[in-house]
Amino acid sequence: MQLRVNNQDYEIDVNGNTPLLNTLREHLKLTGSKYGCGEGVCGACTVLINGVPVRSCITPVGSTQNKEITTIEGLEQEGKLHSVQAAFLETDPFQCAYCASGMILSTVALLKRNPTPSRQEIVEAMQGNICRCGTYPALLEAIQVAVKK
Amino acid sequence: MEDSLTITRPVTRRSFFKLMGSGLAVIVSAKDVFSSSFISDATLAEDSIAAWIHVDEAGLIQVYTGKVEVGQNIRTSLTQIVAEELRVSMDAIRITMGDTQLTPYDRGTFGSLTTPNMSPILRKAAASLREMLIEMAADSWKTNVTSLTAKEGKVSHPNGTTITYRELTKGKKILKAVNQNVTLTPPEQWKVAGQSLPKVNGRDFVTGKHQYASDLQLPGMLVGKILRAPAYGATLTSVDTSKAKSMAGVTVVEDQNFVGVVGPDTQAVETALWEIKAQWKMKPQPSRATIFNFFREQAQTPRSEANVGNVDSVFQSATHVLSQTFQLDYIAHVPLEPRAAVAQWTGNNLTVWTGTQRPFGVQEELSELFKLPKEQIRVVMPDTGSGYGGKHSGDAALEAARLAKSTGKPVKVMWTREEEFKWAYFRPAGVIDVKSAVSEAGLLTAWEFHNYNSGPAGLRTPYEVPNQKIEFHPVDSPLRQGSYRALAATANVFARESQINDHAHMLKQDAVAFRMQNLKDPRLKNVLSATAEKFGWNKSAADSGQGIACAYEKGGYIGTAVEVRVVNGVAVIQRIVAAFECGKIINPRHLKSQISGSLVQGLGGALFESIDFTEGKIINASLANYRVPRFKDVPEIEIVLLDRPDINSTGAGEAPLVALAPAIRQALYQATGNRQNQLPMLPNG
Repeated sequence: MQLRVNNQDYEIDVNGNTPLLNTLREHLKLTGSKYGCGEGVCGACTVLINGVPVRSCITPVGSTQNKEITTIEGLEQEGKLHSVQAAFLETDPFQCAYCASGMILSTVALLKRNPTPSRQEIVEAMQGNICRCGTYPALLEAIQVAVKK
Repeated sequence: MEDSLTITRPVTRRSFFKLMGSGLAVIVSAKDVFSSSFISDATLAEDSIAAWIHVDEAGLIQVYTGKVEVGQNIRTSLTQIVAEELRVSMDAIRITMGDTQLTPYDRGTFGSLTTPNMSPILRKAAASLREMLIEMAADSWKTNVTSLTAKEGKVSHPNGTTITYRELTKGKKILKAVNQNVTLTPPEQWKVAGQSLPKVNGRDFVTGKHQYASDLQLPGMLVGKILRAPAYGATLTSVDTSKAKSMAGVTVVEDQNFVGVVGPDTQAVETALWEIKAQWKMKPQPSRATIFNFFREQAQTPRSEANVGNVDSVFQSATHVLSQTFQLDYIAHVPLEPRAAVAQWTGNNLTVWTGTQRPFGVQEELSELFKLPKEQIRVVMPDTGSGYGGKHSGDAALEAARLAKSTGKPVKVMWTREEEFKWAYFRPAGVIDVKSAVSEAGLLTAWEFHNYNSGPAGLRTPYEVPNQKIEFHPVDSPLRQGSYRALAATANVFARESQINDHAHMLKQDAVAFRMQNLKDPRLKNVLSATAEKFGWNKSAADSGQGIACAYEKGGYIGTAVEVRVVNGVAVIQRIVAAFECGKIINPRHLKSQISGSLVQGLGGALFESIDFTEGKIINASLANYRVPRFKDVPEIEIVLLDRPDINSTGAGEAPLVALAPAIRQALYQATGNRQNQLPMLPNG
């Protein structure tokens, strides 16, 4: 099977029913996307497929062929952080940070769709991402910093 | 219970670093500068500077602590303390945490003890090292120490000559004992500590490079999964593993009740596990509907926490007596990263990397299981996707080690969310009976308090009451239960502060004024007034409900006030104000983050988190069916930090959680007229 992840082509031997998350983590060794619930409700495994945020734990890898997959590892370009990563680094919202890659990719997707979201629009868009450490107020601040970048 | 174990372990001459090999270059005294001493037996005493801090050959400051990072940001706060005392920049320091081979023994990261206990140890070790470096420089320059200063990783002579720490120590370990009376930098002079510095390895978290236990990969590593029982108390009667065994690359490991599957990837082992046909014998188990009666019926001999005066005689004659019962459900920690471990055997030596709050405890569990001396077992804790008291046990580590032993290959075991819900452990459920009396003037005269099963943390009352009877009634819990952030203090403070609010209401007294006249502790009174002031207590609009509560727990003082408004028939928490004091503040931003995080986590348990179970089967074992707080649940949160440079710093990861539920209860009562005496208060909310 052929996959295109972070602008790189991969040829891998997996069953098409395998969740994209397992493929990324176990076969491509891209462990930045995290397992949190296995049913698409916590957002820790979020990746972008053709720019759209998708829960990779419930996405069969077979359905992602010939599409552009972006993971957290693909955001940084030539040593330069993506503006959303830079905003999160500067704001320092995280505690354990296990939710970080999902939060950042969901924010990237939100800002692509709506570059100037209101606080309410941010909350609506991020409702599917859980931070069990409860850093939501700081995350909102980080996303608002990202809006300005 | 773990929470009662708050004694600081004294630093002793216990030796470790047993596996470092012989011929270690050391410095025993300042005279050793530029000379070489070697010790043949490479052990270090735990009271030596080198056990905690070492300047390596590259000049990096290596710090060792058995504490672990679970998201409380102690890697940063401990680095700040060392940087401050050693006069070096933050990026000159590397901390090794929770590695049984490299770090001094530590009982575990729990009870908000890192800041009160570990921080002073590292602070003294860093200051002792600074003192030693100055002595060494003085010795080599044939001058006296008073004219020399340590700054930016160097010792400076008034004549402008400098020498770096690296040049002084040349990678040798300093065996001199930590000076327990060393001069510490007073907080008023802090430049690095006390500041809101960002996470030391922050960049790795936003790029996905940071490796948690579940991210580790070893060459030739296989993936393992365990066959689970359908319910608590079930035992395996027969199992057919033939189909699983026939699958390519799959190995089945069977050892009585333990059945595991090992294969090349998660997909393969999940499929193989699915093909195992098992028969189980069930044992009668309680359900949620009957659990509170079960606790009363099965209660063991109570443990007395306080027995002063005579409560019964007061109750007989008092005019204002209030008696109520509070209940709380089991709840789950739901760390976003479930339990995970990678195990590797090299001959009879075992190494396990696992997400745990107690790496040395897991080493003991492994030692017991395999009947191996602890010296042959190394447990390493990479950071974990949090714990909240839920990762004290080594379950995944033991499973990975068993599977790795059977297959002769490194094995990773990562629990699914369902396994984490069903087979980790819960915050205990419980029942609390409170009976108390107040005088006409509003003074508490008698206090009787019985906690069944939920735990003894925070059981005592901070209020001045002449007659007290306080007891904890342990029960053999039918569901596996254990530590949880703030432990039973959440339950006990909920019952106690609710009772206080109701007393004030009965007497038509203000809830803050009522507390003030029954409290003596000035620090508790301070957080209560700071909360009331920031909140604008009794100044808000009449169409909202307001509630307040306060508590002392694990060294921290917390006041919390809540405003609830009914919007379209639904009670909505509009605002939370919290004032917190834990002595001298080390990192204001991360402290605020801990307080805010505690409050958000507390919202879940106060309002809607609850484990549902029938006859020993957990029936809401998924994040779709077990609700945790999300973005929309979080109201405006305002935090007041009270800094006390005159008081040693204590921890902050737990105490801020405990006063929230009773404040919400009171606000809900004012807004809706309903008093909720159970947690969660709005299970369908």
